[in-house]
Amino acid sequence: MSISFNEYLDELRRTRVWRSIFRSGSDNSALHNSLVIQQNVFLHLLSTKVRKRMLEFSATWYLGTLTLSTFGILVITGILLMLYYHPSVPEAYADTKDLQFVVSSGQFLRNLHRWSAHAMVILVFAHMFRVFYRGAYRPPREFNWVIGVVLLLVTLLLSYTGYLLPWDQLAFWAITVGSNIASAVPVFGAKVRFLMLGGHFVNANALLRFYVLHCMILPLAALFFIAIHFWRIRKDGGLYARHSDPEVVMTTSPARPAL
Amino acid sequence: MAEEKKGRIQTSANPAVGRRDFFVKMGLGSLGLAAVGTAAFGYQFLSPNVLYEPSPVVNMGKPDSYPLDSVTLDLDARIFVIHSQEGFFSLNAVCTHLGCLTAWKPEIQTIACPCHGSKFTREGVKKEGPAPKPLPWLRMWVSDAGDLIVDRANDIRPMEFVRV
Repeated sequence: MSISFNEYLDELRRTRVWRSIFRSGSDNSALHNSLVIQQNVFLHLLSTKVRKRMLEFSATWYLGTLTLSTFGILVITGILLMLYYHPSVPEAYADTKDLQFVVSSGQFLRNLHRWSAHAMVILVFAHMFRVFYRGAYRPPREFNWVIGVVLLLVTLLLSYTGYLLPWDQLAFWAITVGSNIASAVPVFGAKVRFLMLGGHFVNANALLRFYVLHCMILPLAALFFIAIHFWRIRKDGGLYARHSDPEVVMTTSPARPAL
Repeated sequence: MAEEKKGRIQTSANPAVGRRDFFVKMGLGSLGLAAVGTAAFGYQFLSPNVLYEPSPVVNMGKPDSYPLDSVTLDLDARIFVIHSQEGFFSLNAVCTHLGCLTAWKPEIQTIACPCHGSKFTREGVKKEGPAPKPLPWLRMWVSDAGDLIVDRANDIRPMEFVRV
């Protein structure tokens, strides 16, 4: 009965159930390692092979991955916060206070959501500076830079729409000021503000619109563009490496260990 | 036509518009029409037809409740009611810069905005700050019951006073 963990895993990989889920089999060849990535609906967005050098911290500072991680935290904590939050004028502020003082772990989840939101904005900017100063935006990656700019805007809009939801004085006046900035658009300004708020003031309609944008429309937009962003990394030849660095071009290794 | 496969008979009287061309144009045309319709529908849907917002016309009570040379801010109505030597008048208290609520500072005889530091005189004239315009004067009249009524949706020219 003394089989090692790895032997147990090998045993598991040979079972019919495992084979029905992971079609790539249990081989350990380079081909198999590529198939593991290629035949997985989530992983196939990524490159089947990456340069070993590009997995090191110094190559990217992991800024893109960290941004994605904060987005993941925001989705999970956000969904949990939605279970206690009503987007209506009489309840929104009271619900926020309940989350802070009454709900078990509510304060932790709300603070985690808030701090991750701040971190995500900072990380997006850091990621963009890093890409810019390394010159990684240059052809053939110029379109992925454009997708990145769209993702920056989506991130800022998520941040802005989430600002209103606690429905406190800060939220109310920040959105009043923000929506008045929108009304500075020539010709259509007042109309843009009216559609954005669903009325002439920051009120019930505005709260509901910002809630739907924050919890539904913008996260879906973010996911859509994140998928394109990652897929483009593969299509544009992997992460940008400086070709003056000899070890960069020499070594390659599988992106993921064999499943 | 380049798209015409051989053996197909050209039946159109005008060979410049083949059958395939015609259907492509019809299809694109209907898609374009549908897109315009969707945009119009979307715009209409997003514009509320009924707003449950407070009426722009507000009753500010009896003129006697405002002493001479007083500036009173009504937080709910977001207006100033000012009783000056010349008479009564009302100013919109929403800053013309980015919409914050201004406040009367009696110690400096100034209407000041807390958000970005715009300052106005008691008559709404801009003294300093980023505000692009003076605070608008609002239409004011005395009702049959003797109350001061202000229409917040109706700007008037400055220096039109209501005398009671």
